[in-house]
Amino acid sequence: MNDNKNAEAYWRANLRLILGCLVVWALVSYGFAILLRPMLSGITVGGADLGFWFAQQGSILFFIALIFFYSWRMNKLDKQFGVHEE
Amino acid sequence: MSQFAINLLFVCGSFAIYIGIAIWSRAASTKEFYVAGGGVHPVVNGMATAADWMSAASFISMAGLIAAGGYANSTYLMGWTGGYVLLAMLLAPYLRKFGKFTVPQFIGDRFYSSSARMVAVICLILTSVTYVIGQMTGAGVAFSRFLEVSSNTGLIIAAIVVFFYAVLGGMKGITYTQVAQYVVLIIAYTIPAIFISLQLTGNPIPPLGLFSDHVASGTPLLAKLDSVVRELGFQDYTADVPNKLNMTLFTLSLMIGTAGLPHVIIRFFTVPKVADARWSAGWALVFIATLYLSAPAVAAMARLNLLNTIYPDGPQQAAIRYDDRPDWIKNWEATGLIKYEDKNGDGRIQSYNDVPAFKETASARGWEGNELTVNNDILVLANPEIANLPGWVVGLIAAGGLAAALSTAAGLLLAISSAVSHDVIKGWVKPDISDRGELLAARISMAVAIVVATWLGMNPPGFAAQVVALAFGIAAASIFPALMLGIFSKRVNSAGAVAGMLAGLISTLVYIFIYLGWFFIPGTANLANTPDNWLLGISPLSFGAVGAIINFAVALSVSAVTAPPPVEIQHLVESVRYPRGAGAASDH
Repeated sequence: MNDNKNAEAYWRANLRLILGCLVVWALVSYGFAILLRPMLSGITVGGADLGFWFAQQGSILFFIALIFFYSWRMNKLDKQFGVHEE
Repeated sequence: MSQFAINLLFVCGSFAIYIGIAIWSRAASTKEFYVAGGGVHPVVNGMATAADWMSAASFISMAGLIAAGGYANSTYLMGWTGGYVLLAMLLAPYLRKFGKFTVPQFIGDRFYSSSARMVAVICLILTSVTYVIGQMTGAGVAFSRFLEVSSNTGLIIAAIVVFFYAVLGGMKGITYTQVAQYVVLIIAYTIPAIFISLQLTGNPIPPLGLFSDHVASGTPLLAKLDSVVRELGFQDYTADVPNKLNMTLFTLSLMIGTAGLPHVIIRFFTVPKVADARWSAGWALVFIATLYLSAPAVAAMARLNLLNTIYPDGPQQAAIRYDDRPDWIKNWEATGLIKYEDKNGDGRIQSYNDVPAFKETASARGWEGNELTVNNDILVLANPEIANLPGWVVGLIAAGGLAAALSTAAGLLLAISSAVSHDVIKGWVKPDISDRGELLAARISMAVAIVVATWLGMNPPGFAAQVVALAFGIAAASIFPALMLGIFSKRVNSAGAVAGMLAGLISTLVYIFIYLGWFFIPGTANLANTPDNWLLGISPLSFGAVGAIINFAVALSVSAVTAPPPVEIQHLVESVRYPRGAGAASDH
C-alpha cells in the first residue's frame, strides 16, 4: 500500500515537472517567436527584433536548457522516491 | 592538386574510416544488431543521434530554405529541434524502460494486439521509406557535383558503403560510423560558416555574427539584408508572417513528427539506463544545435553574398555582366542548378522578385523578367566557392554532405529492417525462430531494404518533393499519439489505439491528397494547392498536428465506451513509468 502511494506521488511529481517544462517550451517557440512577436517588436536585437532572435536562436537554446533541467530534476526525483536504477 | 583530386581524397578518406569501423564492430547477436548491445554511452549516443537525425535536408537544404523565406522559414529551425524536448520528456525514458527492440513491438505489447503492431509497422515503413528516398537522391547530387560521376554511379557507390557497415554491424556498426559521420559533417558545416561570418561581420562565431554589424556598410547585417532585398522587390528578410495559425501548426507538426520518427526513437534503446536516455536526448540536441544555430547565419550571409555578387555596386546600380560572372556560377550552371536567360538582351544578370507589384520599378530600369534562377539546395554546397575559400574546404563540404545523407539513410534502413525481421518475421510469421536465424533474417532484410532504397533513389517517384511532408505527417498523426497514450494513459485500450492511429493516418493522408493529388498522381487534386483554398488557412504540410489531435480524440473516446485494458497491461504501463528494473530487461 505504502509502495503504491509512493509510486503515485512520484508519477504526479513527474507530470507536474513535465507540465512546467512544456509551458516554457511553448512560450519560447509558439509564444515569443510566433504569436507574441508583434508585441515584442519594440525590443531590437542587432538589426532585428527579439521575436526574430527567439525564432532563429533563442528557442533552440531554451530547448537544450529545458532537457538538461528536466533530466537533472528527474534523476533527483528517482532517488528521492527510491525508484532509481541500481 | 586539382579540385577533383582534393574532393576524391576527402570522400575516399571518410569512406575508408566508415569501412574500418564496420570491420571492427561486427554484430554477433540480435541484441547487438538491433540495439548495439544496449551499452552505448549517453554522450556517444547523443552524437550518433545527431548524425542519425541530421539528414541531407538539414545539411544541404535547410539554410537554402531559410535564405529564401527569411523569418517565415524559422519554422524548420524550431520544428526540427523542439521535438527533442517532447522526446526527452514524453517518450524516450519510458520506451527505454520497456527495453525491447522496436517501436511497433511496444505498440503491439501495450495494446495487446497484433493488428495494432501491424498498423504501426505499416506507418513505420511508409515514413521511413519515403524519407530514405530523399537521402539517396541527396547523396547522388553530392556525388555528381563533386566527383564528376553520374548520380546513379554515385548512388551505387554510396549503397555499397552503407551495405558494408549496416549489414555486418547492424545498430552497432551504424552507431560508431554515425559518430564519425557527425564529426565529418559538423566540421564541414562549421568551417565555411566561420569564414563567411568573419568576412561579412568580423565575428568568428556565426550565431553572433548574424546579429552583428555588416563590416562593408557599417549597418547591422540583418538591416542591410532587409534593405537590399527590398530594393529588388522581395519582402523584408525579417518580415512577420500574417498567417500565424498555419505557422504554429506547421512548427507543431515538425516537432511532433520529429518525436515520432522510429529511426530516432530506437537510438534511445541503445543506452544502458533510463536516466541515460534523458541525458542522451539533451546531448543529442546540443550536437544538433551546433549546426542549427549556425544555419540561419549561413542563410542570411549567403543570400547577402549572392546579391552582392550579382549587384557589385549595390542593388540600385547595374547588375554584373554575364561575361564577368565568377567561376562558381559557371560550375553550377553545368549542373543545371543555376540557370540564366538574358531576357532583355543587355548581357547582364538581373535577379529580382518578378511580381506584379514590382513590375513598374523593374520596367523603369529596363528589366524584362528575372533572369537568374538559383536552386535553394546549392547554397550550402556552393558556400565555400562563393566566399572564395581554399579548395580543401570544398572537398570537406563534399564529404560532409555525403556523411549527412549516409548516416540518416543507415538509421532509416535499420528501422525498416528491424521492423521486418523482428515485428513481421519473429513476431508474426515464425515466432519460434532462433536468435541466429533472426540475425540472418535481419541481415537479409537490411540487404533488401538497401537495394529497394537504391532503386527508388535512381527512379524517384514523381512526388519526391512532397515526401518530407508525408513522412512528418504520418509520424505526427499516427505513431507519436499512440506511443504517448500508451505511456500516459492506463485507460486507452486496443480498440481505441487502433481506431486513433487509423483516424489520424487517414485524415492526414486525405487532406494531403486533396491538395497534392490522390497518391500524388498529377491532375487528381480536388482543389488547387493555394492558401485561399486551405481549410482555415492550414496548408497540407501543417496538417500532421491536426491529424495528431484527431488521433488523440478518437483514441480517448473509443476507449471510454469500450472495456478497459486487462490488469496485466495496466501493470505494464506502471512498469514503464518507474525506472527501477530497466537493467533487467537488458543483458547487462
